[in-house]
Amino acid sequence: MCGTCGCAAPTTIALEQRVLEKNDLLAERNREWFARRHILAVNLMSSPGSGKTTLLERTVRAMAERAPVFVIEGDQATGLDSGRIRAAGARALQINTGAGCHLDAAMVARGLRELDPPEGSLLFVENVGNLVCPALFDLGESARVVVASVTEGADKPLKYPHMFRCADLLLLNKVDLLPHLDVDLAAFERAAASVRPGLVPLPVSATRGDGLESWYGWLRARAPRSSAPGEVRGGLLAQPGMRAVHRG
Amino acid sequence: MHELAIAESIVETVGGRCGDARVTRVLLSVGKLSGVVPDAIRFCFDLAAAGTPVAGARLDIEEPDGWARCRSCGGEFGVDDLILLCPCGSADVEVRGGESLTIRSVEVT
Repeated sequence: MCGTCGCAAPTTIALEQRVLEKNDLLAERNREWFARRHILAVNLMSSPGSGKTTLLERTVRAMAERAPVFVIEGDQATGLDSGRIRAAGARALQINTGAGCHLDAAMVARGLRELDPPEGSLLFVENVGNLVCPALFDLGESARVVVASVTEGADKPLKYPHMFRCADLLLLNKVDLLPHLDVDLAAFERAAASVRPGLVPLPVSATRGDGLESWYGWLRARAPRSSAPGEVRGGLLAQPGMRAVHRG
Repeated sequence: MHELAIAESIVETVGGRCGDARVTRVLLSVGKLSGVVPDAIRFCFDLAAAGTPVAGARLDIEEPDGWARCRSCGGEFGVDDLILLCPCGSADVEVRGGESLTIRSVEVT
């Protein structure tokens, strides 16, 4: 109804509100929560089949001596991935999105309430395998890591620029398969740099172990420093053996 | 198909701001670099609006062009995609427009 005279003419209300504002506010809340607990939260994104879960299995085994590791697994269906992650030694929560193609900040917030990772933890969010939709949804993560694999071809950054543009780190997985493939790595590097200048792929093989020390080093370098001077505390920066290995 | 989640978010936001008033028109701004497909939003909007005060509302979408500024030469130029390269050859480019995903206004009766 018209606000002036009460007639039935339509009234225009200016909103100028971001469509994803609610998600972004929830993401900011997650980010503050991570900061208070000195948790490094990594949003892992890729196409289906790039090797995210295999990478996580190895990462869990390698990092669990340094910090409690938690994983939120996003898939449209099944609890297969969370089962693999638990077997590797981390606490894991499976979120099945049904028809949904991405995780959002509210789903991650619910996952955090359930997992309740303690101070100094390392949290991975394995997003739904999809190079399109997850790029648009801030989860409150500390860093976004995009995993591509050599079998996907060199042109993926050009075809899915939103995803590669938002990457803080780009892992190029399955390099153990390179002898069997005709893929132009230099073209992949050029494609990545053209959508995000300075983005240099880190070649890894989650099955054979190539490059993983660099990946672990990247994670350790980003661990929030939680200790007051002189205070000894666990967490990513602690030396191996300083705390019990977490098994969930 | 993140457009369904986005359409649901639009309907929820508009409903939250307009209370019980019947919404007859929603004006969106979906920039050409936003990563969102206007036709897919249109397709999902009626589904998301069904059974809410937004049901039946007309959806109009502005699609502002993308533009960027080069940090090397200071030039500004239009961009149609995220393969960012200034005509001067520099890739050190900052997107300044075309990324909007905003509910600009609504009409209610």
